[in-house]
Amino acid sequence: MTDVQTPTIEPLASSPAAGRGRGRSSQWTKLLWPLLGLALLLLVDLVWVPNFFRIGVTEGRLTGTPIEIFRWSGPEVLLAVGMTLVLATGGVDLSVGAIMALSGAVTAKLAAGLQWPPWGAVLSALGASAAAGAWNGALVALLDIQPIVATLVLMVAGRGIAELISGAAHLKVSGTLFSALGGSPLGIPTEGLVGFGMFAAAAAFTRLTSTGLLIEATGGNRTASRFAGVNVRAVTFLAYAFSGLCAGLAGLLQTADLHGADASKMGLYWELDAILAAVIGGTALTGGRFSLLGAVLGAVLIVTLTTTIQTKVPVEYALVPKAVVVLVVCLLQSETFRQNALAPLRRRAA
Amino acid sequence: MKFRLDDKSLPVLATLVVCVLLYTLGAVVFYQNNFLSLQVLELLFSSEAVLGIMAVGMTFVILSGGIDLSVGSVLSLSTMIVAMLVAKTHWHPVMAMLAALAAGAAVGLINGALIQFFELPPFLVTLATLFLARGIALWMNHTDRISLDSDPFFRSFTRLRVSAGDVRIYLRTIVFLVVVACGVFVARTTRFGRTVYALGGSEQASTLMGLPVARTKVLVYTLSGMLAALAGVVFLSDTPSGDPTVAVGWELNAIAAVVIGGTPLSGGVGSVVGTLLGTVILALIYQIISNGNLDEAWDRIFNGLLLFAFIAMQKLLTRLRAGKTPPLAILRHASSSPVPVGE
Amino acid sequence: MGTRMPDSVSLLQLRNVQKAFPGVVALDDVDFTARRGEVHALMGENGAGKSTLIKVLTGACRRDGGQMLLDGKPIDPRSPMEAQRLGISTVYQEVNLVPTLSVAENIFLGRQPRNWRGIDWGQIHRRAEQALARLNLSIDVSRQLSGYSIAIQQMVAIARALDFEAKLLVLDEPTSSLDAGEVRQLFAVMRKLKGDGLGIIFVSHFLDQVYDISNRITVLRNGKLVGEYRTADLPRGQLIARMMGRELAEFEGQSHRANAGERQGAGPMLSVRGLGRVGSMQPFDLDLCQGEVVGLAGLLGSGRTETARLLFGIDQADSGEVRINSGEARLNSPRAAIRHGLAFCPEDRKTSGIIPELSVRENIVLALQARKGIFKSLPRKQQDEIAQRYIRALGISTPHAEQAIKNLSGGNQQKAILARWLASGPRLLILDEPTRGIDVGAKADIQKLTLALVEQGMAVVFISSELEEVVRVSDRVAVLRDRAIVGELGREQISEQAIMKTIAEGAPARAAEAAP
Repeated sequence: MTDVQTPTIEPLASSPAAGRGRGRSSQWTKLLWPLLGLALLLLVDLVWVPNFFRIGVTEGRLTGTPIEIFRWSGPEVLLAVGMTLVLATGGVDLSVGAIMALSGAVTAKLAAGLQWPPWGAVLSALGASAAAGAWNGALVALLDIQPIVATLVLMVAGRGIAELISGAAHLKVSGTLFSALGGSPLGIPTEGLVGFGMFAAAAAFTRLTSTGLLIEATGGNRTASRFAGVNVRAVTFLAYAFSGLCAGLAGLLQTADLHGADASKMGLYWELDAILAAVIGGTALTGGRFSLLGAVLGAVLIVTLTTTIQTKVPVEYALVPKAVVVLVVCLLQSETFRQNALAPLRRRAA
Repeated sequence: MKFRLDDKSLPVLATLVVCVLLYTLGAVVFYQNNFLSLQVLELLFSSEAVLGIMAVGMTFVILSGGIDLSVGSVLSLSTMIVAMLVAKTHWHPVMAMLAALAAGAAVGLINGALIQFFELPPFLVTLATLFLARGIALWMNHTDRISLDSDPFFRSFTRLRVSAGDVRIYLRTIVFLVVVACGVFVARTTRFGRTVYALGGSEQASTLMGLPVARTKVLVYTLSGMLAALAGVVFLSDTPSGDPTVAVGWELNAIAAVVIGGTPLSGGVGSVVGTLLGTVILALIYQIISNGNLDEAWDRIFNGLLLFAFIAMQKLLTRLRAGKTPPLAILRHASSSPVPVGE
Repeated sequence: MGTRMPDSVSLLQLRNVQKAFPGVVALDDVDFTARRGEVHALMGENGAGKSTLIKVLTGACRRDGGQMLLDGKPIDPRSPMEAQRLGISTVYQEVNLVPTLSVAENIFLGRQPRNWRGIDWGQIHRRAEQALARLNLSIDVSRQLSGYSIAIQQMVAIARALDFEAKLLVLDEPTSSLDAGEVRQLFAVMRKLKGDGLGIIFVSHFLDQVYDISNRITVLRNGKLVGEYRTADLPRGQLIARMMGRELAEFEGQSHRANAGERQGAGPMLSVRGLGRVGSMQPFDLDLCQGEVVGLAGLLGSGRTETARLLFGIDQADSGEVRINSGEARLNSPRAAIRHGLAFCPEDRKTSGIIPELSVRENIVLALQARKGIFKSLPRKQQDEIAQRYIRALGISTPHAEQAIKNLSGGNQQKAILARWLASGPRLLILDEPTRGIDVGAKADIQKLTLALVEQGMAVVFISSELEEVVRVSDRVAVLRDRAIVGELGREQISEQAIMKTIAEGAPARAAEAAP
């Protein structure tokens, strides 16, 4: 490939000098919403739930509700990060819950059922998850199948494969590796560390390499990106593979935590949580600009919401508020709603 | 209408072939279990009748180009409403059932209104109502089931069946087949039905031709919600208790039945009869698996594989029809864009 | 068409019609008359007001001023449905029918005849066959519409339009997707309908077809009426001149080219033989040399963008070969073209150019970054430098480089896309309407920029609908008409007159012959 030589050009007569401003300020304002929501929620907790913020120390580990939230956020953040990148390419991945179950089943079966060494089981589970993600990627990027349709297949079949692998027996996973993954050998829960660690890694990777730009371009305008020479097929494929890997990691962590994997229940409806987290965080369903930090905030918001509700009522009751949040977020993102409902209000205020 | 082998009929034909193949497989392998008997035939309809009723509603939604993820939750909610009203407030069971149907229609109405008037994506809206309906069902009796075993109406309700010769036909089979018949009628001979097909084929063209798009879309989701509620009522004839944890994930099975029945997720073509066949196929798969003492997990796997096969076939058909790619080249990169018209 | 035509009865009359949109006057005091038993062609270049006139006519938008008379009575259709009820039916370029339904059903969609049992399919099929018979078409009406060619689909759309008791049929660019045989079929139908007393408005940019089928031609330019002519009385050269707003001089004037400096190109950098694609371009030959500007001139719809798309690999060619620096090259995707050093600045920036949500900087560095791949990321500092350089050089008006590009005006967006391609350091740059939507001052700058680029050895393909621009900038001009290259003008031959003459009279060279 010949060296790229950009041509030298004389500035044109009519040329104002452009400033260097911080145009990304709109990025930060988008994060305001989840931050506000989270703050509000924490305020409610402060008032309504006794000892919500109390942190204690037991046997060298931190304990307390905030620590539990940190722990449960791990898997949710993992899913949200993967889903954000998929959404950013203009698609969606409905199979992440099933891939979680698959990963858990593989781990449990290999480690507990077939007595494999723990690392072997872990790597196999992650490999299987990445393969599942690659399957999705192939369907969407190579065969041009609509994402909802393509990922629906694994959503149905993936859980079946997981159930098949687990079998009827309830395999109990144990050992130092899994205790470490499910516990807090470093003082704070490993699950949380892994989740937020993956977020940090993904954020660094997308911003330090050109991946972030290429993903945003692909989702922002696929045709224009293709004309500009972006390999949109590769970008899309990688997003789905990554999403699969993240889901696998989340399933692994949960398996370690619960000392086993219930293939029929693990990750059920979690894809919806992941989409919600990403959308709350400012990533549009149609693709383009994405915010991993926003997704993390969204995930933490959802976990905090569930935890708060759980202190008072059974966790299943969290579904109604979640539904309301989904609808409100959708409406706010909808042009039609903003024009018809909000504009008249704004006009009256003005 | 004449029968011809084209894009419309090919998928349904494939469904029929799969159906016949599976039945033959079952008959051959499970000869001892009397697979060929009429009772087993009846079983194929009754075992998935509840799913089938939901799937008929789903067919219309998917034909119009949309999707409805809330049907499982609506089914559950419907059972809870009937149980609540009968057990706690002592309504007449039939009134309670009507109330449940109304509730299902209401959920569908919300779906349709949000999707049409705020232009929100269907899968996200019905996802929210999935949560909502499930949440309400769980809240109604503190996440517990409500048993109707003691109610005399329901005791006879569950025993309702018709005898034809030495075959027992369950109530749910009859309701299922009636719903299918109505569905076929609406789809083929009403303007509403034809508008649904037109919507799925091209919403833009439908709007330009002056079809009542808004009304039809809202109605389609309302219908789906109502049929899901009906499915819940029929469910009670088998298991007489309001259950807030039932039907989790059944919307996926309904979607599978529709797609395997020859209706692509993009809509515009397909049939209620196809969905009937699709439901029967799902029933066959389950029967073969349970008769063969295979792990129940295979049920999900086969459903998923079949779903994939039909999706891939529909994709292949679209590519071939558009003449964009010769068959084998689909496996290579073919990135040509459609020919631009004018400059 | 040589016999004296009786003055046909006026069917639809538009008088002094005005229509303005924010920032632009689309129609300014326009008159238009459609008559029974006549095919009336409506022609005009970009921004002429053709589509607005049709929209006003068919009720898709309301005029601001002026009168509309149908059979002498004033009308004011507020929607296409209403216009249809009045008797004005339209068939659009993209056939607006439902491809998944049958032919018969499409004709009666929304108003299916019913009996006590529901929709009466028997009647639908019978009446559909009758409607098509009126067009001398006999096909299986129960077959899916998408199973038929575009040409047949159009007939079905016409049949549907006619079934509404149409008096006036508007055909908007109906022949764009048809081959020669299908065009003949369509014209046969049009002649029959004409004979039945229907009025037909034929919107098209295909010169040969307009001369074949129409009785009258109305030319619009920049929202104003240039004139209404009888087709038989209007020579092609005159028509072209009217459309381009020029006077066709009988005397071949001198070359307008200001810069007559000698620019020697080396042997062809890119050489194309017999490159063509069905439905897009007839096979053509073209040589592009380094240090040279080749202009593509022709009317709207003549195939200039199609040529560019074939060169850049967006559309795959059915025939022909491409040689780059004497080695055979397969340009079957934009990435392949970019690898060979090509760049393409598209005409439609909104759909094929800008990534709306991304910043000006990100849009500018995209092509360069894509070429470098995932791991060789451009450091932010370098990106800023590149962005600043081109913002200054091209005079892109933006508060800062981080501004979302969707907030820029159209002209500035165009400049940013141009910057994107310049930044990628190409050897061959294809510019499709690079100065559209750009103010007059900047236009000249872009033209000067083009010349500066070739000075440094770049090869440039310059596509523009503005003749003077093409003349000023080009070393050679390939002239197009009706999706074929019909002539090539060398350095000494280039002039506005020569281009118009070639459009009118040129004929496609066979692919086997070498270009002059």
